Amino acid sequence: MENTMSEKTYLQALNEALKLEMERDENVFILGEDVGQFGGCFGVTQGLFDQFGERRVMDTPITESTIVGAAAGAAAAGLRPVAELMFVDFIGVAMDQLFNQAAKMRFMFGGKTTVPMTLRMPQGAGIGAAAQHSQSLESWFMNIPGLKVVIPSTPYDAKGLLISAIRDDNPVVFLEHKLLYGVSGEVPDESYTIEIGKGEVKREGTDVTIVATSLMVHSALEAAERLKADGIDAEVVDPRCLQPLDKDIILDSVKKTHALVVAHEAVTFAGPGAEIAAMVAEEALDYLDAPVKRVGAPFCPVPFSPPLEQFYIPNADNIVEAVKSLR
Amino acid sequence: MALSKKTLIHMYETMNKIRLFEQKLQEFFAAGEIPGFVHLYLGEEAVATGACSALTDADMITSTHRGHGHLLAKGGDLKLMMAEIFGRSTGYCKGKGGSMHIADFDLGILGANGIVGGGGPLAVGASLASKYKQTKDVTVCFFGDGASNQGTTQEALNAASAWKLPLVFVNENNGYGISCPQCKSMAVVDIADRAAAYDMPGVVVDGNDVLAVYEAVSEAVKRARNGEGPSLIECKTYRWRGHFEGDACTYRCTEELEEWMAKDPIPRFEAKLVEGKTLTQKEADKIKESIAKEVAEAVAFAKESPMPATSALMDDVYA
Ligand SMILES: Cc1ncc(C[n+]2csc(CCOP(=O)(O)OP(=O)(O)O)c2C)c(N)n1
Repeated sequence: MENTMSEKTYLQALNEALKLEMERDENVFILGEDVGQFGGCFGVTQGLFDQFGERRVMDTPITESTIVGAAAGAAAAGLRPVAELMFVDFIGVAMDQLFNQAAKMRFMFGGKTTVPMTLRMPQGAGIGAAAQHSQSLESWFMNIPGLKVVIPSTPYDAKGLLISAIRDDNPVVFLEHKLLYGVSGEVPDESYTIEIGKGEVKREGTDVTIVATSLMVHSALEAAERLKADGIDAEVVDPRCLQPLDKDIILDSVKKTHALVVAHEAVTFAGPGAEIAAMVAEEALDYLDAPVKRVGAPFCPVPFSPPLEQFYIPNADNIVEAVKSLR
Repeated sequence: MALSKKTLIHMYETMNKIRLFEQKLQEFFAAGEIPGFVHLYLGEEAVATGACSALTDADMITSTHRGHGHLLAKGGDLKLMMAEIFGRSTGYCKGKGGSMHIADFDLGILGANGIVGGGGPLAVGASLASKYKQTKDVTVCFFGDGASNQGTTQEALNAASAWKLPLVFVNENNGYGISCPQCKSMAVVDIADRAAAYDMPGVVVDGNDVLAVYEAVSEAVKRARNGEGPSLIECKTYRWRGHFEGDACTYRCTEELEEWMAKDPIPRFEAKLVEGKTLTQKEADKIKESIAKEVAEAVAFAKESPMPATSALMDDVYA
């Protein structure tokens, strides 16, 4: 069968991934707050309730612990749940179920079980949702052995990675960015997978490597265009997953460009950039012509008022500045 | 309970303040002038007003994501609230909190809260502090029917009872947690029944009757002040608007909404006051006019206020 492509939003791509996997595998089901008739807080599960009914698209009470814990329990019992939290910020309520239960069951029980669950959570600032609904928490999850952490930046990646996440036998934390839901791009209509742990070079370049994730991939691409005008040819690398991390794609790029900037929306301090910078320092220090630069959010909670929020979110300007500071 | 004329009129003013304040927000949100989310309390004014009328300034409350009513009923400043919701530097939180995160510790308002069920444990801590310091102050924890299912809420009920804390749980049962009707999220009809599991009084009241709420909460506050521990008051009410402004609200029927709008708590209380000769209709109308003016002033204050400077971003991260 020939693959057909069409323009889809990130949100539609995610919706399609869910639909295709539910059609393929009876064990795949969705649970979360308002995921049913309502279609999910941001609309990702829209239409699925009508197609699959309430047995497979389950509205839960407002109990994040139970959503995450029930997904882990159901996964251990042979199903493939896809749980949704409305906002990543609510994981605090359910953290025990995620990091002490779901992430450890297989290990603690000597490999006697698998926990094939996917936990979808929107994160990121930019919609005036303030400190308790805007965080980027990927570094929390990267630090927990047993979890995989997927953070797609494009509609194409979102669909392929979500399908892979659902088929993966481990608990996968799947981090979506609210501001990406409306972003569109070419996406195959058919089912396809993207290997979890494989990054992608989003733009080739020779002078500097910009490793960026999620929304920052788009800012990095914009920055790269601007840098071109100044005669700097930037390579943009999107690891797409933070755990496992595609070290090779980053190291190969750094070995080519000899300079590294890491950009993410999580706070800079102890953010994913810290890990990536340390990894490069350990494994490719000799290739670097300048110190590594990190672009991330300042170390404060996400502010509400629009000018403060805009100032808070790292952007293309910050990335351009970071690259230029290497010279 | 015989209430003074002053208290009754204050209640009437408070309910109207919440109503007019929120109707303005509705307008400005629709006009795109308010960033972020706005969850309106329209239709539920009697709950916050009745409950907070049973409290002193030293008593504390924990609020929810639908907090404007609680804040105003506890004495929150119209201008500072409006400016905060508009994201201005003159707002309660210097523009860093917005609608869901307003607090005024001088008035015992421990904050609206973006986390459903977040208030329970905080209320346990606040009332524990009162008990520890032997102040006689009471804390009221407002929470929704949806929030009642959070583990945090159940944990708070349990701890408050085990420790006999001066805490009153005021449940605002408006029938829905966003789109999820109560019947789909719990098997009990009366949330107050759950009080039995924690060995505390559980009382159901008409949440659209400000005096009924006041009486039930006053009784619970008295118990709490006397060291007899927490209570759970369930107020049956309804929200008129969608969950948030912009919610198309397709999950409930118009008949249900109309039925509840016919039970509007404000005209109902007004009729009672006029009938009982606490107020003349003319005085009632005057009160509303003067509140409308105050609200307009608050809007003007908010709009004239500057946005926060980006240089203020890192302020207040640490003490
Ligand atoms: C921990 C957490 N989970 C989910 C949400 C999203 N959310 C915001 S309000 C709400 C519904 C709350 O319902 P209820 O407690 O009944 O209060 P109501 O909105 O009816 O006043 C939900 C699910 C949240 N803010 N926090």
